[in-house]
Amino acid sequence: MKSDVVIVGGGVNGCALAYRLAKKGLKVIVVERRFLTSGATGACGAGIRQQWSTEENTKLAIDSVKYFENFSKELGMDIDFRQGGYLIINHDEKEVEQSKKNIKMQRSLGLDVRFIDRDEITDIVPILDVEGMHAIGATFCPTDGHANPFKTTFALAKAAREYGANIITHTTVTDIIVENHRVKKVKTTRGSIETDVVVDAAGAWSKEIAAMVGISIPNIPFRKEIMVTERLEAMFEAMVISFKDGIYFSQQKEGQILGGIPIPEEREGYLFMPTFMFLTHMAKTLTRYAPSLKHINMVRHWTGFYDVTPDARPILGPSEEVEGFIHCHGFSGHGFMLSPKVSEVLADFIADGRRDKILDSLSLERFKTGKFTREKSVVG
Amino acid sequence: MKTVIVCRCEDITEEEIVEAIHAGYTDFEELRKHLRIGMGPCQGRVCIPLVKKILQRETGRNVEDNPTMRPPVVPIPLGMLAMGWEDEE
Repeated sequence: MKSDVVIVGGGVNGCALAYRLAKKGLKVIVVERRFLTSGATGACGAGIRQQWSTEENTKLAIDSVKYFENFSKELGMDIDFRQGGYLIINHDEKEVEQSKKNIKMQRSLGLDVRFIDRDEITDIVPILDVEGMHAIGATFCPTDGHANPFKTTFALAKAAREYGANIITHTTVTDIIVENHRVKKVKTTRGSIETDVVVDAAGAWSKEIAAMVGISIPNIPFRKEIMVTERLEAMFEAMVISFKDGIYFSQQKEGQILGGIPIPEEREGYLFMPTFMFLTHMAKTLTRYAPSLKHINMVRHWTGFYDVTPDARPILGPSEEVEGFIHCHGFSGHGFMLSPKVSEVLADFIADGRRDKILDSLSLERFKTGKFTREKSVVG
Repeated sequence: MKTVIVCRCEDITEEEIVEAIHAGYTDFEELRKHLRIGMGPCQGRVCIPLVKKILQRETGRNVEDNPTMRPPVVPIPLGMLAMGWEDEE
């Protein structure tokens, strides 16, 4: 078998890139070890946020939202995109100072975002307890929101297939053959594919794929836990988050409240089992933020992985060591929300050789030169 | 036509399941995630065996998949969880 591009990983980024490349007329094969959305995409919190501390993430997110706004129409399938905003709770003056800095940068990029006073918080999310949260203010961006990650990925995969992409599931990449520093062939459990371009979009397992071509990447997998409650009547539209407490929660389209928080003794590595520690910590913090939720049933709790880089920003673009190897990983918990723009930037590079300058600041090389800025606005 | 509800928590009918299978959701997990089957309070105890049967009938394939068990299996109020037990002492 031959292909112009082989994408490793059937998450939202792999499928989005397959869609964009197939649309440009390239022959694309996606190889997924399990099923579509089986990794971080299917376990994620579904949030779409544009409020970041670094310009790169803010830009990627603003452009991604423009795509999310049109995806249901463009892809011919409803992805349940809703813009209820993100409310970022601030607890002390230091946070407020950082928020004001962020807002200034975000507004310079055209984002509709503002600082709101303590008293205004419950106008946006009535169930919140301002005192319980120890809130002194918040930032709010009304065009932030959330979408259904399963539907988004399935819609992208469906559209990709309509343009001729071949998406193969339950197939594992076992090796990548490199000759004279160029990608030649991808070996899988169901045969080999000759190709000049391999995209590593394997999420928390990207390190294993990169190692197949002899590239070491600094990503670390972190187990993250999420829970969801029973369905309730619609009470609020915004996603509530706090960088200090690490909590995030929102009410989804069907009415369930979905949220996560880091556990106090978080460990790195491929740990799948959910912990009781998470449940108590989450329930305690959530009922402190919204006391009326204490009577609500929690129905399900699961784990997923953040593929975390040293600066909590993705690693994107061509490898300087192996020609034809493309990085698309290290999303550090933000892969879903950035995928529409990330896939466009990578597709423009792979298909047309157009190199967006964002690839310079998000290349793997930044960790060798030490020239990088850490993303501060991280939750979960 | 008679409407047969298969997933009572999420209100999914047999017709919707068959339709999704024919639209290409032949993977057990992808089918489940597409329709949210088994994500409600019963956590799939009622619907999963039926969904497997329908998938088997429509694809002619032996379906041996089972969804991952998600704690706490039975719904628990957040207020009760918040009381915890380990870190309270």
